[in-house]
Amino acid sequence: MTIPPVRLPNEPVITPQVVAEHGLSPDEYQRVLAIMGRTPTMVELGIFSAMWSEHCSYKSSKVWLKKLPTKAPWVIQGPGENAGVIDIGDGQAAIFKMESHNHPSYIEPYQGAATGVGGILRDVFTMGARPVANLNALRFGDPAHPKTRHLVSGVVAGIGGYGNCMGIPTVGGETNFHPAYNGNILVNAMTVGIAPSNRIFYAAAAGVGNPLVYVGSKTGRDGIHGATMASTEFSEDSEEKRPTVQVGDPFVEKLLLEACLELMATDAIVAIQDMGAAGLTSSSFEMAAKGGLGLIVELDKVPMRETGMNPYELMLSESQERMLIVLKPGREALARSIFEKWELDFAVIGHLTDTERMVLSWHGDIVGNIPIPPLVTEAPVYERPWTLTPLPPVLAASDVPAPAGWNASLIALMSCPDLASKAWIWHQYDHLIMGNTAIRPQDGDAALVRVPGGHKGLAMTSDCTPRYVQAHPETGGRQAVAEAWRNITAVGARPLAVTDNMNFGNPQKPEIMGQFAGAILGMADACRALDFPVVSGNVSLYNETEGKPILPTPTIGAVGVIDDIAFAVSSRITTDGLAMVLIGETTGWLGQSLYLREACGREDGAPPPVDLAVERRNGDFVRSQIANRRIVACHDLSDGGLLVALAEMCLAGGTGAEVALPAGNAVPSHAFLYGEDQARYLIACNSGEEMVQAAQAAGVPATVLGYSGGGSLTVKGLLSLTLSELRAAHEAWLPDYMNATE
Amino acid sequence: MKSAVLVFPGSNREVDVAQAIELVTGRKPQMVWHGDGDFEKADLIVVPGGFSYGDYLRCGAMAAQSPVMAEVKRRASQGVPVLAICNGFQIVTEAGLLPGTLMRNAHLKFVCRDVHLKVETSQSLFTNRYQAGQVIRVPVAHAEGNYFASEDMLKQLEDRGQVAFRYCAPDGTVDGSGNPNGSIRDIAGVFNETKTVMGLMPHPENAVEPMFGGCDGRALFEGLVDALS
Repeated sequence: MTIPPVRLPNEPVITPQVVAEHGLSPDEYQRVLAIMGRTPTMVELGIFSAMWSEHCSYKSSKVWLKKLPTKAPWVIQGPGENAGVIDIGDGQAAIFKMESHNHPSYIEPYQGAATGVGGILRDVFTMGARPVANLNALRFGDPAHPKTRHLVSGVVAGIGGYGNCMGIPTVGGETNFHPAYNGNILVNAMTVGIAPSNRIFYAAAAGVGNPLVYVGSKTGRDGIHGATMASTEFSEDSEEKRPTVQVGDPFVEKLLLEACLELMATDAIVAIQDMGAAGLTSSSFEMAAKGGLGLIVELDKVPMRETGMNPYELMLSESQERMLIVLKPGREALARSIFEKWELDFAVIGHLTDTERMVLSWHGDIVGNIPIPPLVTEAPVYERPWTLTPLPPVLAASDVPAPAGWNASLIALMSCPDLASKAWIWHQYDHLIMGNTAIRPQDGDAALVRVPGGHKGLAMTSDCTPRYVQAHPETGGRQAVAEAWRNITAVGARPLAVTDNMNFGNPQKPEIMGQFAGAILGMADACRALDFPVVSGNVSLYNETEGKPILPTPTIGAVGVIDDIAFAVSSRITTDGLAMVLIGETTGWLGQSLYLREACGREDGAPPPVDLAVERRNGDFVRSQIANRRIVACHDLSDGGLLVALAEMCLAGGTGAEVALPAGNAVPSHAFLYGEDQARYLIACNSGEEMVQAAQAAGVPATVLGYSGGGSLTVKGLLSLTLSELRAAHEAWLPDYMNATE
Repeated sequence: MKSAVLVFPGSNREVDVAQAIELVTGRKPQMVWHGDGDFEKADLIVVPGGFSYGDYLRCGAMAAQSPVMAEVKRRASQGVPVLAICNGFQIVTEAGLLPGTLMRNAHLKFVCRDVHLKVETSQSLFTNRYQAGQVIRVPVAHAEGNYFASEDMLKQLEDRGQVAFRYCAPDGTVDGSGNPNGSIRDIAGVFNETKTVMGLMPHPENAVEPMFGGCDGRALFEGLVDALS
């Protein structure tokens, strides 16, 4: 028998309307009643609401996420912790995760994006890692939409404002524009950190009687019910939800990072968990549930920013820059001295029990008392109905017109919003701090950062082609993983593992659930075939506004390692006379290509198929040639195909090239140059002949297209542009767009 | 050369500059916490980049009032060299060790990219390994690097050779085209009257290795070693 909680003065009566306002369905509320055996108090109801929100419980996605491969000999920790952990050799581990902050960023772009970065940084350093790099994947609406400019400006400033102050370089990412994101932008932030592989910190509480410690910022009224807000569709009045967006303070987070790492260097910590979505509620429940223990939390001891706060607000606030720690007994003074040195709050707010219950006290009264295991094990899990998207008909190259003018067609593609230079964005991110950035944004397919204290490098990328996923989710999911693998390969690194950030619409619609299911099946297939397990991730559903869903966007963040960074290659061509060799087979696949969309105004056809065996064969070949120092520069072929890749390589290194279509080529020129067949790379090397021979021996198609040199890009008989013309078109679009006043 | 690198709450390039110093001297600098009013004798004091105290109030304003800065001022007055980079430059101008002030960038945005600098003089502890007129490439990373000083003060700076670096085009032309932040007269770095204190916005400490942004910043540290060892 447990002590029934006290009802606080002025506590609202729990009515069906109050239940509905908490995002709980009538069925879900019946489960709450069955677990509690009585009507819950307001704070208890709030806890169920947060813990069973889509955001925290993964209730719609869980059954599908299980299909993803998560294991490999180098995986130390897969999904289920704050972040994934992989072994990168030499006693070191890479810890990483990508997470969305879509809904808050649409409502309040600066703070939404900033706290997205803050949250993912905490997820990584709470496990004992020093963050060494940030990436982000951004999807905005149509540039012509009246809100887009404001959103781009705010999101970029917010990401920069947080990461720059923290002193973590933001080294990579991607930015797309599509009208499907007009009412629901995507802000996916990724952090990669490094820790000694034998000093990883986990969330599972242990040791009955051990103190529960709160550190970091004080708790305010910001972000109450953020998790619930992030689990519903948007409507016209969404902007009234601004108070649910948290406010970030990167300065405090920097102090928290240093204080936590200092404490982690001692032996004082049993378990540690950051307070992210659903704040104190989810952190305390996760720690207790993972440890199979109970907790007594004295809520009046929580450091508060405002007066008059109540238990409900304290449990559900999403104030930023806070951590929960279980300490070993007797280490309180040591821990307190570290946090006081860094001028952060430190409070013992409770202790572990063996009751498997969460008991909340408030000035001596029990105000909440919830059994922990059923809240976790009996959380709703839905097998939502789903219908797979059928494969659209394949579009023949002959059904797509060739450009009227070749020069103009390349200029148009290089200056379209998706391909135009994003320097306006990454110049606002400190991408050089720490002094380890070897491949900077736009210089290679993956960012490359030296692992401090040695010669090893971490390659990192973020990828997804939402128009492929929309056309056929399974192919699109497979392609997103394959492209991430290819991008890691293209700098010479071994792809090791993936974090996935699944951004989709309303899962209660069978076609949306079918997109999710299809994408997962494709991703699982690719991850398995490429030995590229998923070690962490995040699901963001209900990305819809007034019934209009976003393009399904399963963003793939990936990490690879190169043993000696001196062997890595960028995509920059800096010398004349290099042979430009196309690796992989070109069929001229124009369905769902960027050329089709930008030049012909069409988004149709089947996306390019992904043959994973070919992908692996071609990639392994390229990587081995990089390791043998036979490749000088390398770029994978993706959006815009061969010609765009060549233009990007020329611009990155400031050296032109002259190429020709191969003799005997039967593919129409526009399909050859703009088609988006997968598993292809364009490389620059000293000997084209030797490269082709080596490729033949490996069973890999390879063709010498021409040579680098000069100040122009020329395709014999078709196109010739100076690099300055190309650069002007490529670099002007985004700054011009952002500086326009209307 | 024994060096000391200050650490304020919110400093974040102290590790970068410590690594650059170690690379050049083979010796780790002592890291000095902002609350320490006294620290071991050093031949060089470095005030590093970052967001001291979150850059709240005004960049560098709070750090300039810290116990450690009182000690830095005392030692600087005795001629101990001080190298102040980025937020460090903001701190020492707030502390009155260098003339002028750093305002919000003219375009109002944070900027991180390589810039070209023209070395104005080789006659200093900090620039003796460069040639006057030499162009070097180093990165900037700041939101408040827009140097400003009154006309009288500028005249004095120019007359006494107190301008250390100016932003320039890759070919060395100083015409505003290489200026990333709107600084008056393209000024990127200045000396005090005795040229024992130098502040600059760019980050020479992030240009000391060939694979990581080039080596053009390295000579600054090598020059200090020559002068101070």
